[in-house]
Amino acid sequence: MSSAISPRVTPDDLLPLPPAVFHILVSLAEGDRHGYAIIQDVAERSDGAVTLGPGTLYRSIQRMLEQDLILETATRPAREQDDERRRYYRITAWGRQVASAEAERLAGLVKLARATGLIPRKA
Amino acid sequence: MLFYRLLLALYPRAFRAEYGDELLRTFGERHREAVTAPARVTTWLSLAGDTLVSAAGAHADLLRQDLKASLRTFARTPGFAAAVVLVAALGIGATATAFVITDHVLVRPLPFPRADRLVKIYQDQSFRGYSRMELSPPNFLDYQRDSRSFEAMAAYTPWSSNLLGAGEPARVEGANVTGSLFAVLGAQPAMGRTLTTADDRLDAPMTVVISHSLWQTQFAGRADILGQSILLDDQPHTIVGVMPASFTFPYRETDFWFPFRFNGGSADDRTNWYLNVVARLRDEVSIQQARTEMSGLAANLAQAYPDANAKNGATVIGLRDELTRQARLTLLALAGASLCMLLIACTNLASLLLSRTLDRHRELSVRTALGAGRDRLVRQMLTENVLLTAMGGVVGVAAASLLVPFVTRLVPTSLPIAEAPTLDGRVLGLCVLVTAATGLLFGVLPSMKLASSASLDGLKEGVRTGPSRSTERLRSFLVIAEVGASMVLVVCTGLLLQALWRVQSVNPGFDATGVLTLRTSLPIPKYQVTQDRERFYRTVLQEIRSIPGVANASYISFLPMVMRGGIWPIRVDGQPEDPNNAYTASLRLVTPGFFDTLRVPLVRGRDVRDSDRADTPRIALISESFARRHWDGLDPIGRKVTLPFSDFEVVGIVGDIKVRGLERESEPQVYLASAQIPDGGLVFYSPKDLVVRGSASPQTLVPLIRQAIARADPLVPVSDVRSLSDIVESDSAARVVQVRVLGAFAATAVLLAAVGLHGLLSFSVAARTREIGVRLALGASRSTILRLVVGRGMTLAVVGIVAGLVAAGWAASALQALLFGVDPGSRLVYGIAAGVCLALAAAGTLLPALRAMRVDPLVAIRSE
Repeated sequence: MSSAISPRVTPDDLLPLPPAVFHILVSLAEGDRHGYAIIQDVAERSDGAVTLGPGTLYRSIQRMLEQDLILETATRPAREQDDERRRYYRITAWGRQVASAEAERLAGLVKLARATGLIPRKA
Repeated sequence: MLFYRLLLALYPRAFRAEYGDELLRTFGERHREAVTAPARVTTWLSLAGDTLVSAAGAHADLLRQDLKASLRTFARTPGFAAAVVLVAALGIGATATAFVITDHVLVRPLPFPRADRLVKIYQDQSFRGYSRMELSPPNFLDYQRDSRSFEAMAAYTPWSSNLLGAGEPARVEGANVTGSLFAVLGAQPAMGRTLTTADDRLDAPMTVVISHSLWQTQFAGRADILGQSILLDDQPHTIVGVMPASFTFPYRETDFWFPFRFNGGSADDRTNWYLNVVARLRDEVSIQQARTEMSGLAANLAQAYPDANAKNGATVIGLRDELTRQARLTLLALAGASLCMLLIACTNLASLLLSRTLDRHRELSVRTALGAGRDRLVRQMLTENVLLTAMGGVVGVAAASLLVPFVTRLVPTSLPIAEAPTLDGRVLGLCVLVTAATGLLFGVLPSMKLASSASLDGLKEGVRTGPSRSTERLRSFLVIAEVGASMVLVVCTGLLLQALWRVQSVNPGFDATGVLTLRTSLPIPKYQVTQDRERFYRTVLQEIRSIPGVANASYISFLPMVMRGGIWPIRVDGQPEDPNNAYTASLRLVTPGFFDTLRVPLVRGRDVRDSDRADTPRIALISESFARRHWDGLDPIGRKVTLPFSDFEVVGIVGDIKVRGLERESEPQVYLASAQIPDGGLVFYSPKDLVVRGSASPQTLVPLIRQAIARADPLVPVSDVRSLSDIVESDSAARVVQVRVLGAFAATAVLLAAVGLHGLLSFSVAARTREIGVRLALGASRSTILRLVVGRGMTLAVVGIVAGLVAAGWAASALQALLFGVDPGSRLVYGIAAGVCLALAAAGTLLPALRAMRVDPLVAIRSE
């Protein structure tokens, strides 16, 4: 499967992903979120190592929307958790594909590093 | 929160509109999380940093999009893009060229430390017609001793020598200088040392400093050059220093500097005016104060030595101000012409961009309807226009860098400026400025205008996309300005061309065709004795005359137009003693046959003969103006001319020669027989220039002449081999360049004006198609339509021409000093210029008029 926007684009064409984009995709893979929630989620996952600035976040979101990796969703979560003014984003199937491809690429790099002893081999 | 709103303002408007709320909310959340003061500060800083980076990124994204869109547009309409780039290039190229050269000559400081303190000192002999006369050695030494206004004073005079002891014998240009010269200029050597006042002392060893280029060419740049001994005119000199390549004083060709020895002889003669004097003002002294002091000193000398110095004043001018009025005017004319070009280019540019913007009115209306914000449209149009003008700027700068060396020939070489001007950071900076200003000015206005009018109305059928009243008026005004500016350029070119022809038609006083010249300078100690020199000349001339095809050959001190000075005070018998010593003449020594060789008419009496020798009565020949000035109405033959060293009897009268060049008044001339000058006398004037009239080609003649000279003395170098006609032509060479450059500007300007007019009318006709259709349908004849269009075009042209005539009149009178007597209001030139502009304007109206005539009324009314 390929991007809906441009049938001839494959996931590999978008690699390597900018780190911010990858983090956002990972965060959205779990479920729809709004902007600030993505920032919080990313910070939590990385134990505070990665803090997305709002500007970076929305600029990335703008690009990801253009590239069809995510979309703005109409469905809102349950009333109590929702803030009507917020905008929610959802990862697309294409976005999942690209995120997987990037994850595999990163895994490949880690395997390489393990093979040369830069990272201790798993016990 | 205000802080965060300000941060938001950094983003592009579209981005702000889309994500502004979210961003503010996120800022708010982060702000709430930071409880302590340091945490808050950290938050602010990190948010600000993040905003700056991502805002820059967002703008860059937009720019990238706009650039891609622009390039796509250019690919679709390459003709338009090419036209804009070309027009911008013309304007910017012309401006850059003029700026570089004007800046180099008029503005940029001379390459010496604190060069604004350097001045030149001259004798003011206005009573004789020379406001800037060189100094004599005794006067110079007195001024140096008595003046208080200067840190130091130095003298120099250009000096050519035969160089032996380094490669081939060569003739080199150098300067005889006082040791203080390098200190005055503040110049440092590249190797070794410069001359100092110690080198001036009579008992000091003879030293010399050489130039970088001489070191490279004659000495192959050898490292052990210091201490090397060379022979300059058979005198040994030790090389003590090498100057850097950037040092050129007083001329670009000066290759060596050696010290003066003021010891007796001509050095004591107060009337031997030949020293150039340069001095450095003391910090606390102004040039005006220096002038006052020097005038006082000159007055003292005039009192103390009335014979030599009566009525002599002193002139002090800044070293940079040596530029003659003519040269300054030329540069200003160049600057003016460039401004005209820039004006025309800009108006053409504006026209092009305006018409393009209007063309896209419909496209932009559609985009507005689809939701594109006004700012986005303006931004994109702006990017396009700036990109075009930027490309034009690049092409223009490239063109300028090619043009500058050519136009540099307008610059007089008498200023001690080393290299030809180059395009440096300042010029490029100016070009960027001009380009940006042009692009923004002529890009923004149309874009904004258009964007404000782009609306849903534009989509409606039947709405004319014609220009509004004010746009049309603006464009008409632009065309008028273009035509006017072209008129100025054409008129000025025409006048300068007339002046050039006038100069070139001046009779130099001799026939230069078929005459070859070269220089053989006889070194002095060896050829001190007149008889030795005469033997050399006789041997050489005899051999040369026997070459088949040679009609005659002779020697003279200096060629006319090559040496323009060489004047002496004159007294004649039958005239009262002239206390002012006001009369001077151009003095030359000749061998027999000179006047015949150059075909200077012998009006009365006889030429110098072989029989005129040291032991026969001393004779002289005078020019007609000499006879007129001193013996008007009387017979000069047999009368006596008194030069400061002897009396001479006039035996012949010859025609005048334009010694000082075709444009200037020359002093009357007097010629003496070189054989009659005593040993060691008038050394400076001993004949050096050989003239040969022959029918053979120079390729055949020159080697034979060289052989003849080598046979007479193999150590005498031969230099400056030129034809006399080349020398005469180069006298007006600067004018030829002037005319060519201005002519090129004028031709381009007129073409651009015609194109501008064509563009305006085309557009007008296209926009008014419906109106024309209606008129035709209502019974107007095609010729009426034709008259309408042509009438409109020619009216604009005529208004422009009239405005141009007025401006041209003003410009021409400003240039009067350059016109060599041509009437700045010459009706012929103005008439031709108006005719040319009218003709080209008519050509510009032609196509649109034809198109208007061919409008089919039915089609015109129906479509829309």
